[in-house]
Amino acid sequence: MYKYDHYDQQMVDTRVAEFRDQAKRRLEGKLTEEQFKPLRLMNGLYLQLHAYMLRVAMPYGTLDARQMRALADIAERYDRGYGHFTTRQNIQYNWIKLEECADLLADLAKVEMHAIQTSGNCIRNISADHFAGAAADEVTDPRPYAELLRHWSSFHPEFSALPRKFKIAVIASDRDRAAMRLHDIGIQIVERDGALGAAFHVGGGMGRTPMIAPCIRDFVPLDQFVTYAEACLRVYNRYGRRDNKYKARIKILVHELGAEEYTRQVEEEFAHLLTLGIEPPAAELERIAAQFLEQLPESAELALDDTDPDFALWVSRNTQPHKQRGYISAVVSLKPVGGIPGDASAEQMRLMADLAERHGTGELRVTHTQNIVIPHVRQAELHALWTALEAAGLGAANIDTVEDIIACPGLDYCSLANARSIPVAQKISERFAASGKTAALGELKLKISGCINACGHHHAGHIGILGVDRKGVENYQLLLGGSEAEDVSLGKITGPGFDEAGIVDAVETAADVYLRERSDGERFLDTYRRIGMEPFKEALYG
Amino acid sequence: MRILTGNDLRSGAVVWWTGTYWSLHVEDAVDVTGEEDRVIGREEAARRVNAAYAIDAEIADGTPRPAHIKDRIRALGPTVRPDLTLKPADPAAGSWVI
Repeated sequence: MYKYDHYDQQMVDTRVAEFRDQAKRRLEGKLTEEQFKPLRLMNGLYLQLHAYMLRVAMPYGTLDARQMRALADIAERYDRGYGHFTTRQNIQYNWIKLEECADLLADLAKVEMHAIQTSGNCIRNISADHFAGAAADEVTDPRPYAELLRHWSSFHPEFSALPRKFKIAVIASDRDRAAMRLHDIGIQIVERDGALGAAFHVGGGMGRTPMIAPCIRDFVPLDQFVTYAEACLRVYNRYGRRDNKYKARIKILVHELGAEEYTRQVEEEFAHLLTLGIEPPAAELERIAAQFLEQLPESAELALDDTDPDFALWVSRNTQPHKQRGYISAVVSLKPVGGIPGDASAEQMRLMADLAERHGTGELRVTHTQNIVIPHVRQAELHALWTALEAAGLGAANIDTVEDIIACPGLDYCSLANARSIPVAQKISERFAASGKTAALGELKLKISGCINACGHHHAGHIGILGVDRKGVENYQLLLGGSEAEDVSLGKITGPGFDEAGIVDAVETAADVYLRERSDGERFLDTYRRIGMEPFKEALYG
Repeated sequence: MRILTGNDLRSGAVVWWTGTYWSLHVEDAVDVTGEEDRVIGREEAARRVNAAYAIDAEIADGTPRPAHIKDRIRALGPTVRPDLTLKPADPAAGSWVI
């Protein structure tokens, strides 16, 4: 894992001191809210529905046990004993006091964490494949490249006031586990003729105008990829719209210019930037990459015990093959039946930290699906890990099933939301758990957003749900056919929306159509793509 | 009726204007119809409240009830965490919001 050097630590400590002074001046009345708001947002501090909310960055979703314990301590000391893991691989605290926030940031800095650039019109936390460095199918660990991008984008003076926020994801396998093409820039590290390069996808995103990023360059040499990213940002910063926030994201620029013309301008800028030699020195990438080299000791490869059906089910759904013999990655589901997706108590955070140290290397990952990965688990200890999770209520065997629901905080917490997301997720997971259909449905990704901003990725759900406000009453639109994976697609609305009870019935109706119509081996998404929307509409609306 | 809400500057807690101070409880809110901007301007200048705004409300069971669900959730707390609401023991709290 990357460790802060002197410069990193000094930057973060300096920012804490700066914010402490800004908050003090706000409380003393020397700054108005209008003056203070952009300053607090630069440090991830929002004013939400119930209180101040702090978003803490988890670079590419990676953290260690020490950091997870610090997050637990913060949940207890400054919040109400829990945190919410988000679809951007971050954590949010919902009940923060302004007068305590600088102390909180100082506690974060002690464990090499911060909330810088988790809000505002800047380059946000870089996300990545949550199995990076462990996945059997990757061509390399993408995190050193994500970390180099983090170095480049942190406090980048030219990109601190972009037309709108900017999100980057990095992966290094053909399986997309980071919704890469639904980011402003999605980078896939690829191998060609024995050399590694970066394929750039630019102009994706969800929100009110969902778009899939086109590939604008399929191979940028890795000793030029930061320069290429700079060129992509420069063209956007120069021509992205600032007159209308709803048309300010890069996806609108790429769409309006056309991918071909946008690419032409990027290439022109890239050629210019190459003459300036702005690429970080190779030695810096090597310094970073050296910190990600996992020297895992040999571990016995075991045939996993399938005599316990509950354990066998959990292994089949919640684990991922590892690149090294004798190891496996385990996914801790934060989606117990009837639970709040992505929420974890301080006690649960500490337990996950302990288990990561006991059975892995102490490393953890936050997934964009709001679960936690413990990578590098010794296979011989997998049963012990599962037993401990099960005893703590963290053993739900439901990854990528209809019960593994992504849900934004919705109207229960968010001032932008139009409808509640969490109660809908709770009712759906309870419905399917009670009906026993979850297993028969297999892979079925369900995603819920409480407003058009799409933090709950509803466009990318095999089944998506969008909460809207109909004259002060919550209403839910149903979408089918989305995917955030390598088979990326955007869901389509089925028709008129439903009330809270009706949307739960509607999801079950859509699932039943799939069970009736599927061919052997087809997932829900495959069946939808084969038979189209009509059979679902017929069942839903008659 | 029109009532005022905002967030306490220091703690961020949701508060309601009572005519003399800001209360945590919506049932303490008073009608400020016609006075909204004057009260908000004075109270924000005095740093007693942050991001204040006026909303529509009605009297229900003798106390003010915000007209919109968003403000009713603000008044009570997240509907999915009854242990964190202002009236965790009130079995009717959920129906009050919805």
